[in-house]
Amino acid sequence: MTKHRILATSTLVSLALCQPLWAADTHPVTGEPLAADQTFQYRLLDQFPSIDPQLIEETVGGHLARQLFEGLLTQNADGTLRPGVAEEWSSEDNQTWTFKLREDARWSNGDPVTAQDFVFAWRRAADPATASEYAWYVELSQIANAAAAIAGEASTEELGVRAIDDLTLEVTLAQPLPYFPQMTVHYTFMPTHQPTVEAHGAAWTNPKNIVSNGAYKLDDMATNEFVRLVQNPEYWGADDVIITEITGFVINDANQALTRFQAGEFDMMDDLPAGSYPRLEEETPDVAHSVPRLCSYYYTVNQSESGHEALQDPHVRTALSYMINREVITDQVLKAGQAPAFSFTHWATADFELPAIDYSLWSQHERMEKAVALMEEAGYGPDNPIELNLIYNTSENHKQIATVVSQMWRPLGVTTVLNNFEWQSYLDIRGNQNFDIARSAWCGDYNEASTFLDLLTSNNANNDGKYVNEEVDRLMAESVTMSDPQPVYTQVEQILAEDMAILPIYHYTQNFVLDPTIKNWPKENVENNWYVKDIYRVAPE
Amino acid sequence: MVVYIIKRLLIAIPVLLILIVSTFILMYAAPGSPFATERGIPPAVLANLQAQYGLDQPFHIQIWRYVVGVVTEFDFGPSFIYRDQDVNDLIGQGFPVTLTYGFWSFLVAVIVGGSLGILAAVRHNTWLDYLAVGVSIGAQVLPNFVLAPILVLTFTLWLGWLPGGGWQGGQWQFVILPVIALSTSFMASIARISRASMLEVLTSNYIRTARAKGLPMRRVIFRHALKPALLPVISYLGPAFVGMITGSVVIDIYFSTGGIGQFFVASALNRDYGVMMGITILLGALTIFFNLLVDVLYAWIDPKIRY
Repeated sequence: MTKHRILATSTLVSLALCQPLWAADTHPVTGEPLAADQTFQYRLLDQFPSIDPQLIEETVGGHLARQLFEGLLTQNADGTLRPGVAEEWSSEDNQTWTFKLREDARWSNGDPVTAQDFVFAWRRAADPATASEYAWYVELSQIANAAAAIAGEASTEELGVRAIDDLTLEVTLAQPLPYFPQMTVHYTFMPTHQPTVEAHGAAWTNPKNIVSNGAYKLDDMATNEFVRLVQNPEYWGADDVIITEITGFVINDANQALTRFQAGEFDMMDDLPAGSYPRLEEETPDVAHSVPRLCSYYYTVNQSESGHEALQDPHVRTALSYMINREVITDQVLKAGQAPAFSFTHWATADFELPAIDYSLWSQHERMEKAVALMEEAGYGPDNPIELNLIYNTSENHKQIATVVSQMWRPLGVTTVLNNFEWQSYLDIRGNQNFDIARSAWCGDYNEASTFLDLLTSNNANNDGKYVNEEVDRLMAESVTMSDPQPVYTQVEQILAEDMAILPIYHYTQNFVLDPTIKNWPKENVENNWYVKDIYRVAPE
Repeated sequence: MVVYIIKRLLIAIPVLLILIVSTFILMYAAPGSPFATERGIPPAVLANLQAQYGLDQPFHIQIWRYVVGVVTEFDFGPSFIYRDQDVNDLIGQGFPVTLTYGFWSFLVAVIVGGSLGILAAVRHNTWLDYLAVGVSIGAQVLPNFVLAPILVLTFTLWLGWLPGGGWQGGQWQFVILPVIALSTSFMASIARISRASMLEVLTSNYIRTARAKGLPMRRVIFRHALKPALLPVISYLGPAFVGMITGSVVIDIYFSTGGIGQFFVASALNRDYGVMMGITILLGALTIFFNLLVDVLYAWIDPKIRY
């Protein structure tokens, strides 16, 4: 990693030397003419409940955290790791990790960012007194004693993270985890400034009080209206930051937001109105984008006692899956570049090779023939019909998909009762297995297949269908310590497909509109992590 | 009169208490919790969250503590969702916004609606009457969730005259569209009510007498007819004013004004118990207060009414 640093330094030096040659308004690397106005505006889907890194639990706050705070590592445009506050990181056994922090990292009040700040933040995330809804992430990262600390059975001081000196952080894991550095990118692991948190309590994120260490700092905000960030002059890389100000507008209604985008009020929005993408792509191809996003859409099948008894039979689950014509859903309902899914893990997951699942290679006609046969074998069919209760949370897309799927199942003698619930009720009902089939989606917390596959191990709290297969449990447990777990992941996917543990439907895309004068947007980042410090605005032609 | 006002204010106390208790019960009867997330929360963390918000206590203790907090310290507790803020902050930030656009909407609705209604009544069965009735019926049937996008399409996208949303501390260009969208249907109602009641008054005996005396029409209307004709309008204005200053879900969502209107729906959907209670109490108290104000105004305008 020192190489990176030398390179960066030499670029800076050459930049400094070249300075008189560059016109003041061209990009220092690409030479593109820059716009005089280097501000960036975007739409926030909703008011963020918090921007305290250890309390954030959703994407809107997550995007802000990546501008306001900087963790040990951040991501390049393609999602690969690059140094953040840490300049170097290493481990000999994948179990004890050492991070060397840069000397010039500063908080927005000028204090140096030290290893102790990370220790404070990570302990805080695990501390039951913080009551972080993302405490599970600390446990997921396998940090030693995390589970006990979260449960309040051990002091957070026993957590496997310590500052060897101001610039050296050592993390001890309960078991080896080769992808641990990937996990440090997440906002839960961003540092927080202890004196500020202790002085102001819950109000420390107030614009008057907040101290942060990212490329930007919080300038002003009004709940449900806007948030404004300005450049942080104390940031170690401040000289390379081009965008000077970021404004986020809270606009709940997608259609209203799109109208305002088209009126030129801001530069970027995602979560486009349902069904609007094909038209946008056709009319404004340089503005509308569709990129893979690390989420999978599937139907959870309740295999516990409370579900329909037929669903405990893999034949029935397989028949239901075969009958779903995924191309109809992706090409005619969603129409935004989504990929039909025959397996759980998103196809674009890093290092993951999509397994060749048998039924993905057949034609839909073949699948349907096999489905009818399987159903007969299981003793069901039009003569012995079954009625399934399908639940979904409120959304036009979920409703359309559920309607289409229920029609596809009809030839099997399956009657589907659709039940729509608003989000909180839906979570309650799904979590208590009061359904037969439930619309579900899962988004990766880090870019590695286990973020999906762990979900289907028998003791995972989010295994709402209560799928149990000891072989899957064993393989996933073994995969954690392997240097190359990819073949195991492929094997697990094969088992899931044989058992039809879930009914995969499609892999997400991220659809968004972006003003064409904004350059260097990280379109290859499947986790949709963007850092405004990397982008810039060119002068309109 | 003073005794009457004091009596009404005293009655308001049990009314508000019943409101608090029944909202509390309804809230807890709904499935789900403010802390339910897709990923599930470790039991220890959930227990801590519940302890932090007092949800681990028995129901009657929770409600007692809440009422005591509200009454003694005017403390509406924390927000269960916006964890960096409490309910007083949220309402303190949003209420001035809704108060501003609500107040302007009220003025527009009363002035435009009232004049339209009176004009229509005075020029009964002329083209002016038909026009006024047409406009007010049109305004009434056009709901604000249809009107709001049309306004933004027209004034923001096509004409580029006004911003499509935001508040920016209440600068005039941000206030215009919300005010139009919010006042339209109220204006239509006021126009309809004032036209009907003006028509009734104009056919009454004492107006005929006034006209028989040879008084000029203007004097008849402003001196004799206007005051009694306003009575039904005023009874409508009390709740309408509360409705406008507490904002509207549609206005807040479509124009991102940051007002408290959207909390009505959002807090219920998010199970944000604190915000839901705070908003309900605010709305309840304002409704009681303005109904009282309307009754007092009544007595002042109509000599027949005495308390």
